[in-house]
Amino acid sequence: MQRHTIAILVNDQPGVLTRVATLFGQRGFNIDSITVGGSEEPGLSRMIITTGGDEQKIDQLMKQLYKLIDVITVTNLSENAFVSRELALIKVSASPSQLAELNAIVEPFRATIVDVGPNSLIVQVTGDTEKIDALLVLLETYGIIEVTRTGSMAMARSVVPVPASV
Amino acid sequence: MSVQIAELQGKNGLPPVKFGEEVTGAETLLRCLILEQVEYIFGYPGGAVLPIYDSLYGSYFKHILTRHEQGAIHAADGYARATGKPGVVIATSGPGATNLVTGIATAQMDSVPLVCITGNVPQSLIGTDAFQEANITGITIPITKHSYFVRDVRDLPRIVKEAFHIATTGRPGPVLIDIPKDVSNAVAPFHYPEKVEIRAYKSTVVPSDEEVQKFVQVISEAKRPVIMAGGGIISSGADKELRAFAEAARIPVINTFMGLGGFPGVHELSLGMPGMHGNYTANQALLNADCVIGLGARFDDRITMGRTKEFAPKARIVHVDIDPAELGKNVETAIKVTGDVKSTLEKALPLVSRCDSEEWIAQLKKWQAEYPYSYKKEDQVLKPQEVIELLYESTDGEAIITTDVGQHQMWAAQYYKFKHTRSFISSGGLGTMGFGFPAAIGAQIAHPDRTVIAVVGDGGFQMTNQELAILSQYKVPVKVAIINNQCLGMVRQWQELFYDNRYSEIDLTCSPDFVKLSEAYGVKGLRASTPEEAKAVWAEALQHDGPVVVDFRVAQGENVYPMVAAGNTLDQMVLGDE
Repeated sequence: MQRHTIAILVNDQPGVLTRVATLFGQRGFNIDSITVGGSEEPGLSRMIITTGGDEQKIDQLMKQLYKLIDVITVTNLSENAFVSRELALIKVSASPSQLAELNAIVEPFRATIVDVGPNSLIVQVTGDTEKIDALLVLLETYGIIEVTRTGSMAMARSVVPVPASV
Repeated sequence: MSVQIAELQGKNGLPPVKFGEEVTGAETLLRCLILEQVEYIFGYPGGAVLPIYDSLYGSYFKHILTRHEQGAIHAADGYARATGKPGVVIATSGPGATNLVTGIATAQMDSVPLVCITGNVPQSLIGTDAFQEANITGITIPITKHSYFVRDVRDLPRIVKEAFHIATTGRPGPVLIDIPKDVSNAVAPFHYPEKVEIRAYKSTVVPSDEEVQKFVQVISEAKRPVIMAGGGIISSGADKELRAFAEAARIPVINTFMGLGGFPGVHELSLGMPGMHGNYTANQALLNADCVIGLGARFDDRITMGRTKEFAPKARIVHVDIDPAELGKNVETAIKVTGDVKSTLEKALPLVSRCDSEEWIAQLKKWQAEYPYSYKKEDQVLKPQEVIELLYESTDGEAIITTDVGQHQMWAAQYYKFKHTRSFISSGGLGTMGFGFPAAIGAQIAHPDRTVIAVVGDGGFQMTNQELAILSQYKVPVKVAIINNQCLGMVRQWQELFYDNRYSEIDLTCSPDFVKLSEAYGVKGLRASTPEEAKAVWAEALQHDGPVVVDFRVAQGENVYPMVAAGNTLDQMVLGDE
């Protein structure tokens, strides 16, 4: 099963997230991650959803999404080169005495330690999903207390034409 | 502030509407409905819609007070299917709104334009689990084309305008408007937008020249073509175009269940219905065709049997649909045409040439003669198929027939040869018991001069039979034909064939005396148990100037044949008892 990252531009209406998420469930798709936030235009939000499925099924999903009245455009970013980023906060079991050691680990990931407590500290990291997974493996040896991740945010590289409504 | 009050002259006998006046949300709604040329409203009042019902009092609208909200929405659905105009239903909040759910899902599955107006508790109480509060927009998201929760009375005209536009354009469907009571009571100057502007909501009605050329090209190469005409023929009003196209190109026509009536069942090129309970010839046509032309049909699993790779194995499939998501959804398609069937056929008609199909047509006619629908007649036992034949012959195929779901529905589809579009009204997609009778009420209200027959089972009728009151109250002359086999027939058939005769919970022998029940509601009731009685009683029913319920006591063990069992392919067809 291929992974797909889909960008959906929607009207910023109450309930629009439910409509989109319900459609995924109704049509038998699992949502691996979903991020929603503002877009370049007031009144419109952009959702980035990662999901799985073969080409025919994704094509069908995109057509079904277009049937929602509040959906403006649907783009399958996976069809072209795109940039994807995720933010994670990782609470690690460590004391301030281990700060230098941990700094040395997170630095190559361009991650930062954003909070230090008596028995734990918080690492902030951004990057693609694989990079965050790799850092988590390294931090695992210290003991991970809590992880929170945003899910993918994504954007097509350079300028790609916006597809006309189906 | 001085407002300019303009008066818009009503159309088609509708009352004039004043613009610029300060009116309540409830009055705003009704003015919008007048401007949308709504005449009938089906509904049921309650606390949250009291302001709307207060505005309705003494108004122009003809309101039909059903005995259950499910009856109201199925009646609105029947009205919409019989006319092509959107059906309008009003229900109160909470239980009133949730009672619409089955009817909304029914309309969504069969692409029927409905505008459902529900009341809700005042916004100050929303989210507090207030009395009769339900999140009906949330509940109905998966079964509506779109829905609105109105937060400000000033948005209401735009929302109503959009709702009617969305319900009736593109692939039609139900739209819900949830209005909290404070919005119904709030006051604002009345204005109605002239145009609808919904960003990104556009439907391609007229297909591109390129697509139409490919469509015509593929058809012209076919030697064994068949048209599979679906509900899109009826909703786009393409029955005349279809007939002209089929005749010009010499292509036989299969009507799907939803397409019955879209092509005359008595036409020499008509093959009737395919699929699970379709006839031998229609299914053989699909199995042997070299080109299947799907027109507003969605290749659902009652025709493909879910085995889409083995469906129409020798054919190139050409598919025309207004909903692009249907193209390639269920079956692999060689040519996809996005557009409504009427516009596509109008564009294709001047380009199409006669196919080299005479040999194919001769083969199909041979099959038709060899394998017609058949059942065994008996002198003293009334067969359900015989009842449908009687309904057909006595009305010469001119009646509007509505049904529930089950055996009677399939027999109606098999044995009544529909001549006209919008004359077969049945819950195809959702398969809703309790649909047929209230839908007949809606159809009869739309067409007071036509014969409307609700063909129902003894099971389905008991799900909405309280609407008998409507027949008396509003003098609606629906004829109800109960195909009474004293059990859940289709369930019994499946238990017999696939569950080793283990008849689990299908016994309906303890039903009411339907004749007395009808009389209790002030409706004439009749009963027949033999073929002879059936003829006499039905003649009496048709002659009676008013509603009649006829309890046809039919053979209990009769099964619907032919049948393709679920999971099998169309070539594994059981022809039946004969």
